[in-house]
Order: sequence, then structure tokens, then C-alpha cells
Amino acid sequence: MGNDTVVRVSHLTKQYRKGVRAVDDISFSLQEGEIFGLLGPNGSGKTTTILMLLGLLESTHGNVDILGFDPFRTPLAVKRQVGYMPDTIGFYEYMSAYENLDYTARFLGLDGEQRNQRIIKALEKMRLSNRMHDKVRTFSHGMKRRLGLAELLVKQPRIAILDEPTQGLDPQSITEFLSLIASLRESEGMTVLLSSHQLEEVQSVCDRVGLFSRGKLISFGTVAQLSQEHFGNNVMIMLQAEGESDLLPLLKRQKSVLSVGREGADRFLITSEQDIRAGLAQAVLQAGCNLSALELRHHSLNEIYQQAFKEAGYEQT
Amino acid sequence: MNKREGSALTGLKVVWLKELQDYAGNIRMVVLMVLIILTAGASMYVAAQTLRTYVGEDSFMLLNLFTISQNPIPSFLSFISFLVPLTGIALGFDAINSEFQNRTLGRILSQPMYRDVLLFGKALGALSAMAIVLLALWLLVIGCAMFFLGVPPSSEQIARALAFYGITLLSALLWYLVGMGASIIFRQSAVSALMALALWLFFMIFWPMISQLLAYAMGGGDSFRTARLGVVLGRVSPYQLFLESSLAILNPSTRSLGVVLFSQLEGAIMGNALPFGQSMLLIWPHLTAFLASIIMLFTLSYILFQRKEIRM
Repeated sequence: MGNDTVVRVSHLTKQYRKGVRAVDDISFSLQEGEIFGLLGPNGSGKTTTILMLLGLLESTHGNVDILGFDPFRTPLAVKRQVGYMPDTIGFYEYMSAYENLDYTARFLGLDGEQRNQRIIKALEKMRLSNRMHDKVRTFSHGMKRRLGLAELLVKQPRIAILDEPTQGLDPQSITEFLSLIASLRESEGMTVLLSSHQLEEVQSVCDRVGLFSRGKLISFGTVAQLSQEHFGNNVMIMLQAEGESDLLPLLKRQKSVLSVGREGADRFLITSEQDIRAGLAQAVLQAGCNLSALELRHHSLNEIYQQAFKEAGYEQT
Repeated sequence: MNKREGSALTGLKVVWLKELQDYAGNIRMVVLMVLIILTAGASMYVAAQTLRTYVGEDSFMLLNLFTISQNPIPSFLSFISFLVPLTGIALGFDAINSEFQNRTLGRILSQPMYRDVLLFGKALGALSAMAIVLLALWLLVIGCAMFFLGVPPSSEQIARALAFYGITLLSALLWYLVGMGASIIFRQSAVSALMALALWLFFMIFWPMISQLLAYAMGGGDSFRTARLGVVLGRVSPYQLFLESSLAILNPSTRSLGVVLFSQLEGAIMGNALPFGQSMLLIWPHLTAFLASIIMLFTLSYILFQRKEIRM
């Protein structure tokens, strides 16, 4: 990840005529080469923010700077360097995959040979070479998503913006698709901004995330930073042990333990001020129980989101 | 005020050529063209058979091919006046909402081009497609005229036929823009098609009746005033504008398109042909009205599209 800031958003606001604030005074920045996730439930303002970044929607207040350009005042300069894959991606169904990519590649001003080379390479990378001359109407949803990524590869932008890229994909396709997204950074050197409401799934590829709720960016940073921000330095330990006696009172008595939750008959989730796994193991064995699992557990993004949501004073929806 | 960065027309050629290519293979276009060629061909054949007997007697034989009818087949002009608006609407009714339905709009507008280029490109593509088809039809008529009648057309007749081609193209563009406007306002293609067709039927069937009623009501019992009002109000309809201007161009003996008093006819040599330039002067207000309507419709579409939310 580089140190250059490629996207700088400050106090961005979008208010509609009826007074509804779809995006409410958000600020964040993206460093070159990072994968940044805008995460939040549907309707939280992620797509509105993305459309303003692309200059496709005018902001009410605030500034956006993309690679030194204002997307609303100099949209062509921004559009040349930013690739976009919408949440509801569509292609001309009566055209082949190759023809669809060729059409958008023509906007880049490339000559025929350059277009051809880029398209073939991109389709190969997305494993669509054998279907390049098939009409898009015969493609599955997952294939259309891959075709969307192929379009980004043809464009070769410095920044790729992907709106809900895993929406509608089955679990196996999501894993495969996320690795393709990661490869945009690894092999193409792109900075990636993606939005999603599937927090856990995209967590794996994002360097940093921004948590969105009701138009506000309630928290952002790395997952570890967010975990620390919302849960402090506390450690979570999962312990599983079988035995005659109930372990719950024993575990609660251990030094540094803040709370103990039961996840099953023999399974406990312990929150403590520090890593006390050694002490826990000893206590369990001394009590004559069989220890079958003992591991550190990190706060999931979903837990962090719920906590951040609570701290921001919102009611659960 | 900020100046636009780069050329305002960046990407226009790409959109234009893609739209033209789409229309070339479009089944809708093919069906309409077959319909036009078959119906127009039938009326041409009947007209040519009728005119054969008058060869040498009429110096505007070619132009008569467009206007002569024989029961039960209407004239070529009647067919064209009916089918050209239909073609325009058929090409325009889903110009923009199909981009929404196919979910392609966001992806296309994120390419390096201005938003209005999509609108310009689509209109230009449709205009080019209609221009090519109508030109082919026009050449077919000229060719058939020479084949059936064995008389080459004079330069005056060619000029008048070309002017008719231009008027037809203006009419097609106007109705295309009606369809395109509806496609921006309504998200569903079926609704936009119905609205555009309803407007066309209104101007073709109901407006002549309504305009006469209005003229009668506004005329205040003065028959001359009523007649003049009837003519003026009738010209609000693009259908009427097309018919009047086409007739004036294809029938050189047409000397006036308004209400004429007997006193104004004194000294006039009835039936004598007007020179081409005079006929053009006669239809100049019609052409201006056509162009004004086209500019207004395009501006309206432009504003509506610029204000449209891109989100699907």
C-alpha cells in the first residue's frame, strides 16, 4: 500500500428535496493500492456516495478529490482513471461478451488492435475466453459479474469502484470473486473501493473499512483498529471442555476475567483484560475436566458494527 | 461559470455508431421497413399504371406518383404520413428506459463522456437510420418511375422530391423525439410506447375535430375568422404540418395553404405550376414550425434526462 492519497472526501453531503439526507457529512480518504470497504446495510448511503465520487450525482455540500480532480467539474478526467462496476450490473444482452467490452473500450480512444489485446487478456483472466462470442443473455449472474471485472481490466483504471460486488452470488462464487477482486490490487496495482452489506464476506479482502449507517460514516479504520476502538484491549477466548462439574463459576473466578458467556453445554466465551489461556487451561484440568478447545477469538466485523451502531446512539433496525 | 473540460462531444461517435448498428439489425426496424416498402410499393404500382396513360401530358409525372391514389389503395403520401410517425415512435419509445431496464446506464455513463452525449448519440443514430431507409425508399420511387413511365425526371422534380424527403425526415425525427421523451419520463417501455402512440393518435384523429370545434367557439360567428382559426389551430398537429407541406411541394399548382378569398383569386392563372422556390416559400412557416418543435422536444428531453437519477 502506497502513501499517496488518491481519494479524499470531506464533509460530503447529499440532501434531497424532501429534506432526506442520504449522505450526511462524511469524510474519509483512500491510500494508493489499498482495498477499502464501505460497509453497511441497504439504504445506508453507500451507492449515493459512490455516485457522487463518480460525478454522476451532484453533492449538496462537501468536496471530493479523485487523483487531484473534482468529479463534478472535471468528470472526464475522473472517468478516465476510475472504473465502476454498479450493484445491478447489466450488459447489452443481444451483444456478445466481446462486443460489450469492445463498445466500452471505444470510449477510451484505443485503436482496434489495442482494444482486441486488452479484451482477450481480460476475458482470459476472468476465465471467460471460451464464451467471448456468446450472447450475454446466455450468461449466469456470476459470469456477468466476472464480465464486469473484465471491463475494469480492459479500462485499466487507477481506481476501481465496486458497488455490492458479491450481491446475488452463491457462497462458493463469493470466495472466488473476492480473490479476483484482491488480484486487481496484486497484479494490476489498482486501488479498490468496494461497498457491501455482507460484512463478514468482504472483511477478508479489505485493508480498511468504513462503517455506514443512515448516511453517516460512523467508524472507519482497519478491523483491528475498529475492534480496539469499540471493544478496547479486551481479549475474547473460546473454551470447550467436558466434565462432571459446571465450569461457569470456576471460569468467572479467574483473574482478569470480565465476563463469561455460554455458547453451548460445554462451550464458553470468556472476555478478559489479557490473554489468560494458560491459566484457564490449568484451572480446567485441575477441576478434572477434559479440555478439547482453547483459542483466541477476534471480534467479527458484524459485532463491531453492532457495537458502533449502539455507540452512535442508533436503535437496531 | 465553469467551462466544460475537453470536448463536449467526446464519445459521440461511439454511441452514434453503436445505435446505428443496433437499428440495422433490429427486427422492429426490419418489420416496419417491410411494411413501408410493401404498402408504398402497392400504391406506387397503382399510381404508375394510372399515369401511364397520361405520359407526355403532364410535366410533373414523377411527383404525381407520390400523390395519386386509386380506390381502394391510398396514395404513397397517405401511407408515408401514417407509417413514418410510427417508425419514429417505434425507434424512440425505449431509447432511454431500456438502458434502465437492462441496467446498463450507470456502467455506460461511468465511461469518459458527458451524460448528454448518450442522448445526442441515440438521436443521431436514429436519424441516420431513418435517413438511410427513407433515402433508399426515395431512390426506389425514382427508379420505379423511370422504369414504369420511361420518362427521366426533370431537375425541378428531383428538387421537389428531395424537399419531400427532407420533410419526411423532419417528421420522422419529431416523432422519434416524442418517443424518446416518453422513454425518459416513463420507466416501463410499454407505458412510454402507449403514451407516444396516444399522442400520435390524438394529433392524427382527434385534434382536427377539436381544432374545428375550438375555431367555431372562438370565431364568434364570423365565418372567415372561424375558417382562419381552424387552419391555424389545425397546424398545431405535426400530422397536419406534414400533410400540408408535402402537398405543397409535391403538387406545384398549390398556390396557398390558407383560406383564400375570391377577391384574392382575381387575375390568378389557375392550375399553373409555381416555381420550386415559391413552393418552398409557401411551406417555409411549416418547416420553421417543424424545426422549432424538434428543438423544443429535444431540449425538453435533455432537461429531463439531465435531472434523472442514474440509480436503477
